[in-house]
Amino acid sequence: MFIKQLSIFVENQFGRLEAIIDAMGKSGVNIRALSLADTTDFGILRVIVDDTDKAKSALDEIGVIAKATDVIAVYIDDKSGGLASILKLITDAEISVEYMYAFLSRDEGKALMVLKADDEARAEKVLTENGVALLNPKEL
Amino acid sequence: MKYWQAEYETMPRAELEKLQSERLVAQVKRMYEKVELFRNRMNEKGLTPDDIHGIEDLHKLPFSYKQDLRDYYPYGLFATPMSEIRRVHASSGTTGKQIVVGYTDNDLEMWADCFARMLIAVGADENSFVHVGYGLGLFTGGFGAHDGAVRIGATAIPISAGNTQRQIQTMIDFGSTVLCCTPSYAMYLGETIEEMGLKDKLSLKAGIFGAEPWTEEMRRQIEEKLNIKAYDIYGLSEIMGPGVSYECEYQCGMHVCEDHFIPEIIDPDTGEVLPAGAQGELVFTTITKEGFPLIRYRTRDICSLNYEVCKCGRTHVRMNKPQGRTDDMLIIRGVNVFPSQIEEVLLKVGGDITPNYQIVVDRVNNNDTFEVRVEMSEALLSDGVKGVEKVERTITESLRSTLGIGPKVTLVNPKSITRSEGKAKRIIDNRKLH
Repeated sequence: MFIKQLSIFVENQFGRLEAIIDAMGKSGVNIRALSLADTTDFGILRVIVDDTDKAKSALDEIGVIAKATDVIAVYIDDKSGGLASILKLITDAEISVEYMYAFLSRDEGKALMVLKADDEARAEKVLTENGVALLNPKEL
Repeated sequence: MKYWQAEYETMPRAELEKLQSERLVAQVKRMYEKVELFRNRMNEKGLTPDDIHGIEDLHKLPFSYKQDLRDYYPYGLFATPMSEIRRVHASSGTTGKQIVVGYTDNDLEMWADCFARMLIAVGADENSFVHVGYGLGLFTGGFGAHDGAVRIGATAIPISAGNTQRQIQTMIDFGSTVLCCTPSYAMYLGETIEEMGLKDKLSLKAGIFGAEPWTEEMRRQIEEKLNIKAYDIYGLSEIMGPGVSYECEYQCGMHVCEDHFIPEIIDPDTGEVLPAGAQGELVFTTITKEGFPLIRYRTRDICSLNYEVCKCGRTHVRMNKPQGRTDDMLIIRGVNVFPSQIEEVLLKVGGDITPNYQIVVDRVNNNDTFEVRVEMSEALLSDGVKGVEKVERTITESLRSTLGIGPKVTLVNPKSITRSEGKAKRIIDNRKLH
């Protein structure tokens, strides 16, 4: 099960990030997870929101480029070794992780991680087959 | 010695005009016979060589354009068999396709003489060491300076461009007295020499700098840093190369070698010849060139001409430093850059859509900075930094291989590039060179 992630181009300019977050906020979009990757010249802001289309049009309006990508969000037991057991499944299937970031979970005792693998389809299959719960887009 | 070819350099105007007329008439005859494009253009205007009696008829002749060199690439405009062409040179054009020019033995002699005139004018002689820091290759700069140095019997040091440490070491060890390179490189050499505290070890007396625009302020700084007098030289490969015109010891405009090249100033829009002293587009007619002659070639440089006889005694007309261009060509670090070249590269990278872009040129510490800002689009975006950095790198590398110089590529927000009346402002040149 995939969820939509928005990748947003953030020009390296004072106040840029604030303007982007503000535009989404004003349109009533709720940000569920976020990660910021940066270089000296620009940044890429990745967000998971409750309404991708609404977020995208809000960004369009202020002239910010965003692109939707499919990712998976994995439920992990909120205990020592929880993440390791998930990564072991992925690694054993010879899948590489490109990036990960944490997600606010509404379930007690569970953590959520967004996981982008070099082969998302296989990662999803391997995890599902091993009984790992993935976040359903409806839960956003 | 004060002049290299006193007879020509100081020829009274009336005599000079007579010589120009004879040479023009002969050149038109020869080109009508040998160069198809010229013959066709003459025929279109209903002209034959018999209609051209002297320089008073020059304005009747058809113009020639840079595009002609591309259309007839490589040898279509040459006026002699290739067996008589001793050397070719080339320079970059707007579309990445280079233009080619050729020289016969006589052409090379003439070119060496023109450069020799300048060397003598700036005080060089057979005891000089001429440090040729222009690239020796298809670019006309290096060989032009080299042949001129050899012609006056000086010692040529054909070091070519680049490798600053070695340039400086060579300058000191070999005792270079005349430096030939681009003004921005001279500036850089000067700064490096100053930092290394080696100014006292130099034997330099004069510098001959051209191939890119520079200011009086730069001249002052170069003169101070290298403890020399800095002279301006003008040329273009289509006409010959460096030495078409040059400054004399009085540094008050560049003398055009008028016994070989007739300059005109025209209104770039109407093609009308403008009166002496007016500013307009510079046009050249080569009246002695054999291999690759051109009639009324539109240089696209904007300048004016001063016919007053110079204090140096030379009667040849002086052109001022070009004040701009009629097209959108930029000269960055001595390299010709056209926005259309950048567009083509971006078109390929952008997946058949040209992203909006802007070229920003500046001069920081006397070196040209070159930035290309590209508006971001969904096609260029990916979810990772690596992907976007790869786009940046691809654009940089493609531009470098197309233009010959690498810009700094900056990805910016869509619609962030200034537009006026719907049209994006493509070029921001902050160098204040004119």
